[in-house]
Amino acid sequence: MADRYYTETHEWVAVEDGVATIGITDFAQAQLGDVVFLELPRVGKLLEAGDSFGVVESVKAASDLYSPVAGTVLEINEDLNTSPERVNTDPYGQGWLIRVQLNGDLGQGLLDEAGYESLTQGQSH
Amino acid sequence: MSAAATRRTPLHARHLAAGARMVDFAGWEMPQQYSSVKEEQEAVRTSAGIFDVSHMGRYEVRGDSAGEFLQGMVTNDLSRIGPNRAQYNLLCRPDGGVVDDLVVYRSESAWLVVVNAANREKDMDWLRGRAPRDVEIVDRSDELSLIALQGPEAERMLSVDGVDLSGVRYFGMASGVLAGAESLVSRTGYTGEDGFELFVPSTHAAGVWDALVARGARPCGLAARDVCRLEAGLRLYGNDMDEQTNPYEAGLGWTVKLAKGDFVGREALQRIKDEGPRRELVGLGGADRTIPRHGAVVSLAGREIGGVTSGTYSFWLRRGIGMASVTAGTAPAGSRLAIGIRNGEGVAEVVSLPFYRGSARRATPGQS
Repeated sequence: MADRYYTETHEWVAVEDGVATIGITDFAQAQLGDVVFLELPRVGKLLEAGDSFGVVESVKAASDLYSPVAGTVLEINEDLNTSPERVNTDPYGQGWLIRVQLNGDLGQGLLDEAGYESLTQGQSH
Repeated sequence: MSAAATRRTPLHARHLAAGARMVDFAGWEMPQQYSSVKEEQEAVRTSAGIFDVSHMGRYEVRGDSAGEFLQGMVTNDLSRIGPNRAQYNLLCRPDGGVVDDLVVYRSESAWLVVVNAANREKDMDWLRGRAPRDVEIVDRSDELSLIALQGPEAERMLSVDGVDLSGVRYFGMASGVLAGAESLVSRTGYTGEDGFELFVPSTHAAGVWDALVARGARPCGLAARDVCRLEAGLRLYGNDMDEQTNPYEAGLGWTVKLAKGDFVGREALQRIKDEGPRRELVGLGGADRTIPRHGAVVSLAGREIGGVTSGTYSFWLRRGIGMASVTAGTAPAGSRLAIGIRNGEGVAEVVSLPFYRGSARRATPGQS
């Protein structure tokens, strides 16, 4: 299993063989509450690091999703159309959002596990 | 609210033990949800859910003229209820603006009012400032916890020594012994389902909670409560009405009994009724992926006509639902409105309230 890195906007990314899998963190899903639906980009879309690539809408609020990496969208998690609750129940597994073919290295400013944990400590709702 | 530390109810430890995600609500640390809103709400609609609503204010109004005093404060007609009955009510300002909505409970021996958590201090000041010398308003919120058991199975799950619950009508109440403690039980709630609200000595609140959970009641948080009340078309103070809204604008004209005699706000409310309210509250059924959110702009044919007061996604009805305050007469049922959403505009249809009728044996509006 590849190492996970995190953004300050609560996305995670794990890279294997030049492909980044992206989702939202367990902290983020807990803050959002039950996810109702997601708007995700089209396959083939070009993303820069920091670009908004979609929206997650929960019972509580709609939130933008920001890409931790630059690259091309290879795949989106179609299962979330019918089972958006997977983002809540398994945010690092079946609740992944998109896969991106990396264009170069991982961007600057990503946090490791410890860095992200210290970011979220004390943050709530 | 101020930066003061949040307050906790006597059931706080139960919420933490059940894994609740706690949030600050009107200065109280309350459970937002325990598991998922969807599952909690499903329990309320199909079985029974249990809610800690001890953050709400519970005031006893004492004195020989307590009933008469309250009758002059609230909009509904308390002379229509006898002992062991409750009634939905509003407190209004002299100009007709809504100070709070509340339920007045008349037991065999006392008058109790339950007010919104955010308005506890305001309402206490409002009532005490207008009470005659022989009427005393006693804050019993700390000694009496309030637990709501809501759902079609509520009656089956609850047992109160000395009370035949099947004989307690909607908005009726009874005194009995619950988990060993003398308690007050009313057939009321905020979910659209049949159910009870339990006034329990705080020393026994955890015992009552545990007993009901053991009988199958599912702990439910504020998020599930909000979607249940919205589906049932029940207003939330601070969202759907406030001091700048009068009862007619909030669709609560049925609680205003102008013929009952004098009460605070009566003159203004008579005038507003005669002239017709300027705004009205309408139900919004979200189309497609539109979830109305509080504060979103509502337009009709490119013209702004109002704003969303409450909104959420209903897993039960599988669509976004909400309420909006709009210019009176502009949006009859069936109108297609544009609703501001995160990335532009969505579409919603004006529908009549409530969105969902649950098991509550509700009397016709005006009857209670």
